[in-house]
Amino acid sequence: MLHISRWKTIAILATTLFVCLCAVPNFFPEKTVESWPKWAQRHIVLGLDLQGGSHILLEVDAAAVRKEKLDGLREDVRRVVRENRLGSPASVVVRGNTVEFRTREGADQQLALTKFRELSQPLGGFLGTTGARSVDVVDAGNGLYRFTVTEPAYIERIRQAVDQSIQIIERRVNELGTVEPSIQRQGADRVLVQVPGLQDPARLKELLGKTAKLTFRMVDLTAAPDPGRVPPDSELLYGTKAENNQPYLIEKRVVVSGEDLTDAQPGFDQRTGEPIVTFRFNSNGARRFAQATQENVGRPFAIVLDNEVISAPVIREPILGGSGQISGNFTIEQANDLAILLRAGALPAPLTIIEERTVGPGLGQDSIEKGKLAAYAGTAMVVIFMFLTYGLFGLFANIAVAINVAMIFGILSLLNATLTLPGIAGIVLTVGIAVDSNVLIYERIREEVRAGKSAIMAIDAGFSRALATIMDSNITTFIAAAVLFYIGTGPVRGFAVTLGIGIITTVFTAFTLTRLIVATWVRLRRPRVVPI
Amino acid sequence: MRLLRIVPDDTKFDFMRFRRVSFPISALLSIAAILLFFTHGLNFGIDFVGGTLVEIQSKSGPADLGRMRTTLGGLNLGDVQLQQFGAPTDVLIRIPQQPGGEGAQQEAIAKVRAALGSDVDYRRVEVVGPRVSTELLAYGMIGLMSAILGILVYLWFRFEWQFALGAMIANVHDLVLTIGFMSLTQIDFDLTSIAALLTILGYSLNDTVVIYDRIREMLRRYKKMPMADLLNISVNSTLSRSIITHVTVTLALLALFFFGPRAIHSFTSTMLFGVVLVGTYTSIFIAAPILIYLGVGTTRIEEERAAGKSQAGKPVPASR
Repeated sequence: MLHISRWKTIAILATTLFVCLCAVPNFFPEKTVESWPKWAQRHIVLGLDLQGGSHILLEVDAAAVRKEKLDGLREDVRRVVRENRLGSPASVVVRGNTVEFRTREGADQQLALTKFRELSQPLGGFLGTTGARSVDVVDAGNGLYRFTVTEPAYIERIRQAVDQSIQIIERRVNELGTVEPSIQRQGADRVLVQVPGLQDPARLKELLGKTAKLTFRMVDLTAAPDPGRVPPDSELLYGTKAENNQPYLIEKRVVVSGEDLTDAQPGFDQRTGEPIVTFRFNSNGARRFAQATQENVGRPFAIVLDNEVISAPVIREPILGGSGQISGNFTIEQANDLAILLRAGALPAPLTIIEERTVGPGLGQDSIEKGKLAAYAGTAMVVIFMFLTYGLFGLFANIAVAINVAMIFGILSLLNATLTLPGIAGIVLTVGIAVDSNVLIYERIREEVRAGKSAIMAIDAGFSRALATIMDSNITTFIAAAVLFYIGTGPVRGFAVTLGIGIITTVFTAFTLTRLIVATWVRLRRPRVVPI
Repeated sequence: MRLLRIVPDDTKFDFMRFRRVSFPISALLSIAAILLFFTHGLNFGIDFVGGTLVEIQSKSGPADLGRMRTTLGGLNLGDVQLQQFGAPTDVLIRIPQQPGGEGAQQEAIAKVRAALGSDVDYRRVEVVGPRVSTELLAYGMIGLMSAILGILVYLWFRFEWQFALGAMIANVHDLVLTIGFMSLTQIDFDLTSIAALLTILGYSLNDTVVIYDRIREMLRRYKKMPMADLLNISVNSTLSRSIITHVTVTLALLALFFFGPRAIHSFTSTMLFGVVLVGTYTSIFIAAPILIYLGVGTTRIEEERAAGKSQAGKPVPASR
């Protein structure tokens, strides 16, 4: 056990040195590190609980996506019915989770079934087609047909909705001008937004919570806005709070939607000085908007955002240039945010905040300082205790512990891992437990000495017997850490990471470094007695 | 230099005799812990029951808890709890989960912000909706179970099944007592508590495994020795290590407890209880003697019985 070949020695020292050096970038300011080559830039990322920031978990409204998909199917069926004269398109209805339609009498059932089946598309998977189809068509007999959207098709649509949402959220959050926001998919229908360094996440939440579905529609003047009597082609919508929640009767038909916007900028009205948002349509939107305004001079049209009427100005003259402005008693910030939302585009489905964790920068700084203090105090006590207990060998153990901690930081950097407050606790705990491997070895050596072995024999036997135990005892804790990593989120996962890495470095140093140090000491001193 | 010897060389405590005391005590304590759990329950944090946690710092001197209580009480948010948190300027506010789904939680925090005005700094705001809290609780429980199972399987591979079972009984006992402690002190039970429980499990086993390793070694070396003696020798010879390692872990935990940030207090106090108080006791007084009942080295048990009462009370024979 005490003989370590030259090559092994070099390998041990090189590995240790390399891992320790990986921690170096953390001790330089970020600006300095940026000028280094890419491979040398890996460093530890501070968790949101330490640097301050917001962690917001959003969930795509799956029910809304399902409803939209089902409504889409109804429209598709209607189109087929109309094109093939199979009956009245209006009799295609949604009943629960299915779309139902009964053909007119005497319709060609063969043709109907063929045409309806064409609605169903094969769904693609990771490995080409999966055999699943998008729509189930059931011929219930007597000219009755039932259509359902298949579960894989729903899942596919929700996946797409999450992907689109991520892109749109990215555009919105980037406009906030914060450093390194992170936006990731989580699970099937969730998006995790992490933005460091925000004092008040209210504005962020405001930007995330809006679907931002913008439509330009005509105001229906044929009836008074009365919740009791709404014409079938119109709906009752209310104005924003700034507009006193005034009710409007708005036509369901959309003249132009937000998809046709190419740009939106905050600005000020030239006459009133009021904050506004100016926008520009693409050619398609411009043409439709020009046509609608030409036909409706003197009538009001409504600008509707997420089913809320922002304003309903009267068309004074046709707007032909493809650009316009939205005013709605905005504050400057509201105008700014609306412009951001319009530029970023609408979310495919509403998002709900299901978890929020925000830590202010002050608390984060406090945690770092107190965590450091605890780490220094803990390390100092353990180091002193080990020295008092084992003397010279205690010093060896302390060297191993110091290198252990350096290696933990090195590996964390190498992995670009996140250090959280519980993570710091994990490191402090590792200091306490890392010496255990040395304790096991030293106690075993003491026993072997008592059993009458010579110094060198005792040291050799102590190592070889203790190492198996070290392995066994650490694996159990490692299993616990692995489970914790798997189930934990955020800060707790940070604890699992440092605990797990700590165990690996502990075992590594016990098997290599401590042995190397003691072996070298034995070779140089040729001791007669073991000083422990 | 004279070195510190916490445990003298060659101790010969008859730990196995204590099993007649330690087993009933542990059984009683476990039952008490379970009773506590069912009567007092755990003080579930927002991670598991949903709701809102706000840590604020008053900008103008010590926080006026009474006034804040009145202000927030008038918001109709249910049982809002306020608690001084560390410094006199710092207050921790707990708002129970609001009825009305995910959106209602966000409205509640918006109301609180409006009510408290600009005199306070928001140091921490955590809002956990009903769906996430249900999931976190499920994950936590599944995590604990799978950790126990995973460790059981590992021990089963590495040792005989009696050892695996013995270690498991011992460490479930640790978890039960720790949960009893958490119920008694009404410490916040949140995700970090699950982390604490899993770590206690890991460390406690670490200790048990060290003793079991030694028992196994002894079993191979001394084929004829009565089981109780063998266990005594094993525990005694690893005693110094057990104590020293616990001292170092305790030192680290104490540092975290006294100097670490307030946010991990419940975490460290749980660990101090679980690892230091319970863990050490368990590996020595439960994990080792339980092997006798699980029938490790059955032939020896018969020998022990044959040797009968004459063994009891005598010092452990020196085997070397």
